[in-house]
Amino acid sequence: MPMPAEVSSPSDREVRVTRSFEAPRQLVWDAHTSPELVPRWQGYEGWDMPVCEMDVRVGGTYRWQWTNRDDGSQFGFFGTFIEVDAPSKLTHEQYFDPGSFGSAMPVGDPCIVSLELSERDGVTTLVCTLTFASKDARDDAVSTGMTDGMEHSYARLDGLVATNAA
Amino acid sequence: MNQSDRLDLTFAALADPTRRAILARLATGEASVGELAEPFAMSQPAISRHLKVLERAGLVSVDVDAQRRLRRLEPERLQEAAKWIERYREIFEQNYQRLDALLDELQGKRARSRRKK
Repeated sequence: MPMPAEVSSPSDREVRVTRSFEAPRQLVWDAHTSPELVPRWQGYEGWDMPVCEMDVRVGGTYRWQWTNRDDGSQFGFFGTFIEVDAPSKLTHEQYFDPGSFGSAMPVGDPCIVSLELSERDGVTTLVCTLTFASKDARDDAVSTGMTDGMEHSYARLDGLVATNAA
Repeated sequence: MNQSDRLDLTFAALADPTRRAILARLATGEASVGELAEPFAMSQPAISRHLKVLERAGLVSVDVDAQRRLRRLEPERLQEAAKWIERYREIFEQNYQRLDALLDELQGKRARSRRKK
């Protein structure tokens, strides 16, 4: 049974998340790199992901955008892939696209997101390291209105998971 | 000092095995520097230097009235750091639970009942 995600902060600009999955590494890789699969799980309760474009190769770009189901507000992330070594390592820059939040949300410098996958006995361990441009950017990432919005009400999550797994 | 600065001090103080062991010892009750130094192959001044870092981060306080200058764990800053970590963890965990379900589906497994709350 996978352990819940573990989070640490190895330095004042980094956040590291470790999580294991009961699936082969190739499948976890596919779920992170296929524009058909990413919108199925990556996002936030109450938000759809109508835009998911990914050109997964070094120098290729991606664009993700979410739309709020209730008020239609939008935001997203975009950037360039820096390192692509299937199925073990994926690194990309992540710029924040404030969408309909406009100047109300700081855009700032990109965060570097690095994904490392390893497999043992059919269990894949994922280590995701976010390297922020500054300590303040790291701290702001959890204190912005956006993150508050992400956190509100996960009551429908069980239903959502059941739907996805049906 | 704002929260960001406090978190820096807390995480820096925690980034050392001796200081984490000192905190673990203090979690069981107050202790003098001598008592804290005992399990380590370290001089009392070396332990005192570690205690200074922990005190500066607000993780440990000194009972100045007591003759033995007992050290005590101050849990507030640890809780603040834990809460900050927890917010990140929740955001990721919600995504990863959806990913669990997707991976199950791709492997032809049925939804796991353990996800039900």
